[in-house]
Amino acid sequence: MMRTSPARMALYVISALVLVYLILPVLIIAPISFSSARFLSFPPPSFSLRWYQQYFSNAAWMQATRVTLTVALLTVVIATPLGVAAAYAISQSKLRIMRIIHMALLLPLVVPIIITAVGIFFVYAKIGLVATMSGLVLANVMLGLPYVVISVLAGLQSFDPSQEMVARSLGMNRLRSFFAVTLPQIKSSVIAGGIFAFISAMDETIVALFISGGQYQPLTKRMFTALRDEIDPTIAAISTLMTAASFMLVLLASTRQKRSG
Amino acid sequence: MTISMPDPSQKHQRREHGLMLALVSPALLVILALIVLPVGWLAWQSVYHDGFTLENYRRVFTEDVYWRSFALTFEISLAVTGIALLLGYPVAYLANAVPKGWSILILSLVVLPFWTSVLVRAYAWLALLQRTGVINQFLRYLDVISEPLALVHNTFGTVVATVHILLPFMVLPLYATMQKIPGDLMQAGASLGASPSLTFFRVFLPLSLPGVLAGCTMVFVLCLGFYITPELLGGGRTVMVSMLVSRNVELYNQFGAASAVAVVLLLSVLLIFFVVSRFISLDRVLGRQ
Repeated sequence: MMRTSPARMALYVISALVLVYLILPVLIIAPISFSSARFLSFPPPSFSLRWYQQYFSNAAWMQATRVTLTVALLTVVIATPLGVAAAYAISQSKLRIMRIIHMALLLPLVVPIIITAVGIFFVYAKIGLVATMSGLVLANVMLGLPYVVISVLAGLQSFDPSQEMVARSLGMNRLRSFFAVTLPQIKSSVIAGGIFAFISAMDETIVALFISGGQYQPLTKRMFTALRDEIDPTIAAISTLMTAASFMLVLLASTRQKRSG
Repeated sequence: MTISMPDPSQKHQRREHGLMLALVSPALLVILALIVLPVGWLAWQSVYHDGFTLENYRRVFTEDVYWRSFALTFEISLAVTGIALLLGYPVAYLANAVPKGWSILILSLVVLPFWTSVLVRAYAWLALLQRTGVINQFLRYLDVISEPLALVHNTFGTVVATVHILLPFMVLPLYATMQKIPGDLMQAGASLGASPSLTFFRVFLPLSLPGVLAGCTMVFVLCLGFYITPELLGGGRTVMVSMLVSRNVELYNQFGAASAVAVVLLLSVLLIFFVVSRFISLDRVLGRQ
C-alpha cells in the first residue's frame, strides 16, 4: 500500500531506537547480576552467582523478602474480595451515588503517591501504625484496590446479568447464584486483578519509605536505601528476581484474560 | 436516590439498594480511611497549628527554595512530556500502521518495562549512565570520548529515566486514538491527490490530537509527583516538589510546610485534570475505554 519513502524509513529507524531505549534497561540488569565484577563493567568479565549467593545468605535481605511476600499475599487476599464486591455493586446497581463511589475507588491512581504516602504517615503516626505489618498491608490494600476494581469491571461488562436473574428465579439465593453463575464467568478478570494487586504491593516503594521500619521493612525500602548509598550488584540480583517474578505473573494474568475472551 | 416509576416491588428495590451499598462499603471504607482521611489531614495540618494560620502557604509562595522547586518541577515535567510525545508518537503511529502481529509485538515491548519496578529501572539507569557505567565504558572503548560524560546525578539523568518510565502512558492513549481514525480517510486524501505528508498533517494529525492531549496530561501529571527517579538519579541537585515534601517530613520535621507543599501539588494536579476534562473525557486520560 505504501512505498518505502524516506519518511517511512525515518519512522522505522526512530521507532526501533525508541523501542531499544525502552527495553535496554530491563535487559541490562540480568548480565550485571551474573557478572563476577564488583563494579559494573562492559563487557562483563566472567559468569558468577556471587551476588545471588550474597542475597540469599544475608539475613536482612531475607527478612525483607519475607516481609514483601507476606505483605503482597495478604494484600491480594484482602483487596481481591473487597474489589470484586465493589465492582459487582458498581456494575449492577442503578444508584446514582455509585458513579461517585466508582471514582473514589480510583483515587489511589490519581493522587500523587508522595502525597498519599505522607498523609498515611501522619495518620499512622497518630494511631501507632508506623513500622507495623498491619499498617503496611492496609496501605497496600488501598493501593491495590483500583487494579482489582478496573479488571473485574471490565470482566463484568461482557457478562449478562440476566443469567444470574435466571438462576435466582430457579430458586438459588443471591450469594449462591453469584458463586455458581457469575463468578465462574469473570474468574479470569478476578485472577488478573489479584495478580496486578500483588505486583503493585511487591513493587510499592514510596509509602513503604515513610511508614515501614524496624523488622517490617519490605525489599523495596532496603533496596532504595542501598541505592542511595552505593551501588551494590546484589541489588542487580534482587532486581532480576523481581523482574522475572513480575513478568511471570503478568504472563499468567494475560493468558488468563485471553482464555476468557 | 433514583426516582423511578411507582413500582409494586419498591420494597424489593430498597433492599436491592441496601445490598449494593453494603457490598461496596468495605472497599469504600478502605479508600476513605487510607486516602481521603490522610489527604484531608494534610490539608488541615497545612492551615492549622495551635490555631488557624496561612504561614505555611506564605512560605511556599514567597520563599525561594519552594518557588525554585516548583518551577523546576514544572520545567522538568514539560520537558519530559515534550520528549515523551516526540518519542511516543512515531511508535504509536507505527504500531497503528503495521499488520496486527507486528503491532502486538511493538505494544508488548512498550508495556514490558511498565511491569518492571520503578526502583529496578532506576537501578538499571544508574548502571547504564554512571561514570563507570555501561555507556561511558562503551564510548571509551570505541574511543569516542576520553573523559567519562556526566550522564547521571543531574537533571539529564533524571529526565532520561523519567521519560523511560512514563513513555507507555504516552504511547497507549495515542495508539488507542489512532486506532479509531478510519483508514479510508487517508485513502480519500490520497485519491484526491494529496501527498502522504499532506494527508498526514491535514487529516491524521488533527484527528489524533485527543490522544495527544490524553497522553500529555497523564505524563505531565505523573511527572509532577515523581519521587524515586529524581531522588536516586538527580544527585541531590534536582530537588523536585516530591523531594521537598519528603525532606520537610524526614529531615526538618516541618510537617506544616510539607503539608502545604503537598496540598499545592495536589491542587495543581486536580486543576490540570479539571481543565483537560473540559476538552476530552477523563476516562480517556485514565486509560479506560
